[in-house]
Amino acid sequence: MVDDSLWIEADAGLRQLLAVLQGRGYETVGLTEQDGCITLGPIASADDLPRGRIMDTGGGHVRCRDGESDRFFDKTLPMQGLKRFVYPAHEAVAQFDDDLTITTPEVEMRPTAVFGVRACDVAAIDIFDVVFRKPPYTDARFAARRDGLLIVAVDCAVPLETCFCASMGTGPHATTGFDLALTELSDGGEHGFLVRAGSAAGRGILAELDGEAVRDDQVAAKRAQADAAAAAMTRSMPANVASVVRQSHDSPHWSEVASRCLTCANCTMVCPTCFCSTVEDRNALDGTAWRERRWDSCFSIEFSYIHGGGVRESAPARYRQWMTHKLGHWHDQFGMSGCVGCGRCIAWCPVGIDITAEAHVLAADLERAVPTMGDN
Amino acid sequence: MPRSMAAPVWELGMEPVVYQVTGRHQELVDTVTLQMTPVDGPAMSFLPGQFTMMGLPGIGEIPVSISGSPNDGGPLTQTIRAVGKVSAAIAGLGVGDRLLMRGPFGEPWPVEEAVGRHLLIIAGGLGLAPVRPIVYWALANRGRLAGVELLYGARGPDYIPYGAQLLGWLASDRMTGSLIVDRHSDEWAGPVGPVTELIGRHATVDPAKTVAMVCGPEIMMRFVIQALEARGFADSDIWVSMERNMKCALGWCGHCQLGPVFVCRDGPVFRVDHVRNLMTQSEL
Ligand SMILES: Cc1cc2nc3c(=O)[nH]c(=O)nc-3n(C[C@H](O)[C@H](O)[C@H](O)COP(=O)(O)OP(=O)(O)OC[C@H]3O[C@@H](n4cnc5c(N)ncnc54)[C@H](O)[C@@H]3O)c2cc1C
Ligand code: SF4
Ligand code: SF4
Ligand code: FES
Repeated sequence: MVDDSLWIEADAGLRQLLAVLQGRGYETVGLTEQDGCITLGPIASADDLPRGRIMDTGGGHVRCRDGESDRFFDKTLPMQGLKRFVYPAHEAVAQFDDDLTITTPEVEMRPTAVFGVRACDVAAIDIFDVVFRKPPYTDARFAARRDGLLIVAVDCAVPLETCFCASMGTGPHATTGFDLALTELSDGGEHGFLVRAGSAAGRGILAELDGEAVRDDQVAAKRAQADAAAAAMTRSMPANVASVVRQSHDSPHWSEVASRCLTCANCTMVCPTCFCSTVEDRNALDGTAWRERRWDSCFSIEFSYIHGGGVRESAPARYRQWMTHKLGHWHDQFGMSGCVGCGRCIAWCPVGIDITAEAHVLAADLERAVPTMGDN
Repeated sequence: MPRSMAAPVWELGMEPVVYQVTGRHQELVDTVTLQMTPVDGPAMSFLPGQFTMMGLPGIGEIPVSISGSPNDGGPLTQTIRAVGKVSAAIAGLGVGDRLLMRGPFGEPWPVEEAVGRHLLIIAGGLGLAPVRPIVYWALANRGRLAGVELLYGARGPDYIPYGAQLLGWLASDRMTGSLIVDRHSDEWAGPVGPVTELIGRHATVDPAKTVAMVCGPEIMMRFVIQALEARGFADSDIWVSMERNMKCALGWCGHCQLGPVFVCRDGPVFRVDHVRNLMTQSEL
């Protein structure tokens, strides 16, 4: 755990931090409100942040409204994580002209500072670092974008109803993977941020900020706030979920979930760790062609198509693939869980399917079937 | 250590290299074997069992095994059956036509496992293409092997690729083997039935001193595994090559997942004891 090294004032401090980032040539991206929804977009100054706005979420439900305080970062999670910044929803990966000259489109990545990244989304980027850089291959397009990203994390004080990062061990406080991290405190008449640096770039920026030394009572308040945030989460994943999903291949519960699931793929699109893509060749009228990589979803039948049919034709099999991959097989593939507990798949599911609730049902079913289940 | 670490690790990504067709042979009514060299530089070197992503601009890209000899460093040889849009377009290429290539990809057949032992190769249908490099390798390394046997099952006499070469191999004293076809026909005097028939009747090997490499439709491989085990083979001595939808071959697109494994990079060649329950669970 990195120690806090500075206390900055809410308004002046944030303004200065953004100015320093811009002075260093970073595009600044942060929380913005668009069409009634909090998302990540360009911000020119701290005044652009949706200060005081909060989100209410539930299964299939997201609403934005004014909160009770003028704090910046309570109970907000952008609709998408950092995925689209490091991995665009579609892009040309090769271009072919008439005589088959191949050009590889340059990755256009201006150094970008993302402001107010939650611990879950920091963890999700760490997961992408493993997926797209697993030896012997490195996805150079991902790497160029990832390495151009500066992450200013912010600890969560008030989680959303759909959050369960505490049970995934990824939040509510950011512990690694950031360049800078902020903790918003508004106790005893003062409102500001504790700042800590997690990288050389972060330390350089921190050195340019005006602030005060961190006091012990602020550190204690931060700890209490973190504990309260974790305690406020009503959803959680069973601790043994990885072994539960691996043992549940033949569970009748997949059919029950599939009777509700529309296989619309919303969950995979909003998930910050879902990395699947397809590769399609496309043509322009002038005879040029290009190869495009675009986000894809295991919820489509074509995803697993081989000679004459999909391997996973049935909806239960496709829901099972998604959940078992996230929570079980991801461990085999990458040595970690593929779920960071952000809860987006719950909020953005049109029928409100809740991955934590489904996991608890599977766990309870197994426990009934095998009273002394080992944790293998 | 992954087996392919023995081969050079290339800077592989999504960018293809342009190859040109230098030879074309119509194997079967719907199947061609192409020989190809890059427009610039030498053809890729590869290990038996590896595959490439073959493509045509604006049409698409598909995984295809390398079916030629790994020994001679000559042109790249691949055998393509026209089953759909991309494969038909590639099968329709002629000498001088150009195409896009990425690779080689995948874990190869563990041919060194066979040194000092019998090598039993069992193939069905176009599953002969991915095992043909094993035969080339085995014949070049014949002195290090106790024996080489090939069991091959085809739909009918008209569906046997590499026909003359295959008969030549089987007639030579350097290897043994048998062919079987699914259906009776007038011009076929050999055995009729599934390839598993040959395991009981013809395979002459001692399971304890043999390693088996199997390639064909998944259902055929399941039956072959059963038959081999009935003959006393340990599942750790049986290897199979799996097929799944593939869009990248790099472990990035997710399409080839089979439970915990990515067929493109952890396979396509697997030891049976590592994938047994993955081959039997439905819609995995
Ligand atoms: C490791 C590996 C090795 C292979 N080796 C050979 C070979 O040596 N010779 C050969 O003729 N074929 C081989 N195949 C099968 C070949 O890839 C398919 O026949 C081909 O993808 C069909 O594409 P299509 O566009 O012509 O057909 P369509 O039926 O139009 O298929 C549409 C798309 O589905 C996917 N798809 C369909 N069938 C398969 C399949 N069987 N495997 C993987 N993806 C599929 C492809 O992305 C394809 O573009 C191999 C497949 C794999 C995975
Ligand atoms: S599975 Fe759901 S909760 Fe887990 S990381 Fe993805 S979107 Fe977030
Ligand atoms: S779980 Fe919900 S969001 Fe995901 S595919 Fe099913 S209906 Fe769509
Ligand atoms: S083919 Fe893309 S992950 Fe295997």
